[in-house]
Amino acid sequence: MSAVFQVQNLRKAFGGLAVTQDVSITMNPGDRVALIGPNGAGKTTFVNLVTGHLVPDSGKVILAGNDVTSIGPTPRVRQGLVRSFQVTRLFPDMTPEEHLALAVMQRSGRTGAIFGHYQAKADVMAEVGELLAALGLDHIATRKVAEIAYGQQRLLEIALALALKPKVLLLDEPAAGVPQSDTPRIEAALAGLPSDLAVLMIEHDMDLVFRFAKRVIVLAAGAIIFDGSPEDVTKDARVREAYLGSYANDRSAA
Amino acid sequence: MAAVEQSSVATPAAARPNWLVRDLIGLAVILAIAAIGYFLFPNNLALLTRILAIALLVLSIDLVTGFCGIATLGHAALFGAGAYAAGIAAVHWGITDPLLMVVIGAAGGAVAGLISGAVILRGHGLAQLVLSIAVVNLFHEAANKASAYTGGSDGLSGIAPDPIFGMFAFDLWGRTAYGFAVVLLAVVFILLRLLTRSPFGMLCRGIKEDPIRVRAMGASVHGTLLKMYVISGLVAGVGGALNAISTQVVGLDSLSFTLSAESLVMLVLGGTGSLYGALVGTVSFMWFEDFVSAANPFHWLTIVGALLIVVVLFAPRGLYGSALALVDRFRGSGK
Amino acid sequence: MQTVFSVGIDALAYGMVLFVISIGLSVTMGLMRVVNLAHGAFAMIGGYIASYAAQTLGLGYAVAVLAAVVGTILIAIPVERFLYRRIYGAPELTQVLMTIGITFCVIGIANYVFGPTLKTIPLPETLRGPVDLGFRSIAAHKLFAIACGVVVAGGLWYLIEKTSFGVKLRASVDNAAMAASLGVRTRIVYAVSFAVAVGLAAFGGIVGAELLPIEPYYALRYMVTFLVVVSVGGAGSIPGALLACLLLGAIDTTGRYLLPEYGEFFFYLAVIAIVCVFPRGLLGRSR
Repeated sequence: MSAVFQVQNLRKAFGGLAVTQDVSITMNPGDRVALIGPNGAGKTTFVNLVTGHLVPDSGKVILAGNDVTSIGPTPRVRQGLVRSFQVTRLFPDMTPEEHLALAVMQRSGRTGAIFGHYQAKADVMAEVGELLAALGLDHIATRKVAEIAYGQQRLLEIALALALKPKVLLLDEPAAGVPQSDTPRIEAALAGLPSDLAVLMIEHDMDLVFRFAKRVIVLAAGAIIFDGSPEDVTKDARVREAYLGSYANDRSAA
Repeated sequence: MAAVEQSSVATPAAARPNWLVRDLIGLAVILAIAAIGYFLFPNNLALLTRILAIALLVLSIDLVTGFCGIATLGHAALFGAGAYAAGIAAVHWGITDPLLMVVIGAAGGAVAGLISGAVILRGHGLAQLVLSIAVVNLFHEAANKASAYTGGSDGLSGIAPDPIFGMFAFDLWGRTAYGFAVVLLAVVFILLRLLTRSPFGMLCRGIKEDPIRVRAMGASVHGTLLKMYVISGLVAGVGGALNAISTQVVGLDSLSFTLSAESLVMLVLGGTGSLYGALVGTVSFMWFEDFVSAANPFHWLTIVGALLIVVVLFAPRGLYGSALALVDRFRGSGK
Repeated sequence: MQTVFSVGIDALAYGMVLFVISIGLSVTMGLMRVVNLAHGAFAMIGGYIASYAAQTLGLGYAVAVLAAVVGTILIAIPVERFLYRRIYGAPELTQVLMTIGITFCVIGIANYVFGPTLKTIPLPETLRGPVDLGFRSIAAHKLFAIACGVVVAGGLWYLIEKTSFGVKLRASVDNAAMAASLGVRTRIVYAVSFAVAVGLAAFGGIVGAELLPIEPYYALRYMVTFLVVVSVGGAGSIPGALLACLLLGAIDTTGRYLLPEYGEFFFYLAVIAIVCVFPRGLLGRSR
């Protein structure tokens, strides 16, 4: 199986401070990877480098065989590298149906049309209907997003990413801020992601990481200190040293 | 809960005729008010026609301010460009067919929209506002300098449009001009209703609410806004051309900061983000202005100033938006 | 050479008047993030009060200036308390409309009270005639305006760099929330800055009355100029505002001398060029 997403020797320094040091990751279609690391490990910088919001000092980002290192964030999305946001970014005055229709039409290059209504486009409506049903949002399809529950907004955030038919999906803490009672629905949604999609999830919640990921990458002080199976991550001495201390603290605090 | 789910499931199928019917009712109301105006103020048709021309300008501001969230104090540049394009075509090139003049005015407005959009969209916040002001003043000074074409501060006069379709001559009472204006406004209004509901219109609303999300969907924010600016220029240009045709002169005031600011005030007074709000704001502002400033132009300024403060503090959604909210609340309590 | 010199003096005088009026706007915009289009209205109020005090009451120039500055601040306090405080942190469009509304009201009321005619503020004898510099003589009021600009710039520099109020002000401009949590009473800093800004506007309106004549539409006519100056200089930056005023004053004055038929064309062209290249203003800080 050929790699759909490669990060090669990525480096970035702010002033003299190296926040990303020689990071390399290879992902295949269908991969479920979790990226973890203590606060300040450089996860946010890494995400910004991958999505194109920051330019690396050296190294490459390769998406489906194309070098995308030098292209901006928006064209990267069009090439199939899609992200979700840690804090939902949705249009408060629009409905879930409108969100998804807009994403579907954007993907198929139809948002430039100045006439016509999305509800009149059968293929758009069919796809929107499928996505709404898949994430259990159909009963609130025509409510304004500002009026729906936060858990539902998180689900819509995932649906919106899927509507863009990504090759690689970057999930930034998909369960952040969701009340405990709603996390099973988020987890179900994550379990139902397309099997050929490569997913890189940045997450703090270790329960979710262990349930979702087939592979865990640990980032500490800007460098990868572990890349392997979830079973091995807790046994790794460096990970224990760098990470599990703060994890244990997190558990007791939560 | 079950009832809510049922009704929302049923909505998509029922929605289409629903908004079509609503639009037709809206159009009928506009035409009815236009007819009432005609019979109530037969001696004041020139004012009514001017209101309609300015309404087109305010609609075009609504496209960028209300639907895209760009604050501009320089939108008269687009209106004036349309007016001068139509006027120059008539005076210097002998193109006096009114429909052709409207087309030329729209094109002039679109070019001005492209230019000012390209400049204004380079800034954000305060810089954006200042750029919009600089653009309209630049246009104003350029038109003043190019007096060979524009007549400079004397204005461009001698515009003599042909009868519409060779049948309806522009009369002294302004009846033809008024009818022409009503038809133009109705056509533009319907097209804009379609535009604001189109995929492109949805994308613009998305940009207003969260441009970062729109970029994360792979859409170009700058390209979309520039396109909207051009469309807005088309609409403002039609308004300018209409004003040139009906008054038969074009003055430098059509390219002024004052007109830009006033029309923004009209939009906010009526309510941004709604085409009806733009119309309500224009009509109430201009009618009121005519009424009060006949007595004393300075009282008029004081009253408008006070009105603006009141709207900003107590009715931020404008007259139309607040009225809608009131109706909603009334309905909500009636249930 | 003669022309160059007189254009230079005029440009300098005009730039300094712009500076005295708009520096307060720059500081308050940097501090409170309010797009305040009514700033020129306060300059106008100052001009009207000074004119009334000097012309009608027959007070001396210095007393009239003092009365005007104090009077304008007294008028501004309730305006700040009841109107401006409602729009701190509001979207730009809201701020623009509110301050345009205030401007319109001031214009209307000024006309009602003082009438539509142009108001003069009689200069004292020493400022009336020309001053002989040996090789050339200059109108004394222009020199006075330049001197006022220099004094205001120096005074503000001292206030902001060397006093404890200045420290609080700079902290609040940098990060209001942080300053507040460190015990700076930002509300008081805001109120004092607003009062100083308005007082300077009034002062500039009086000093500049020979160049920007006082009449009811003053507030509307120069509304844009002051805003443009602040935006070009960078909101909140005193050196930026000074640079912008001198630069734009020079461009505008030179344009009027050499190419009067172009009006303010080059002024606005320069504004567009500068704002496009420096969206935060010449010396504005990035946020």
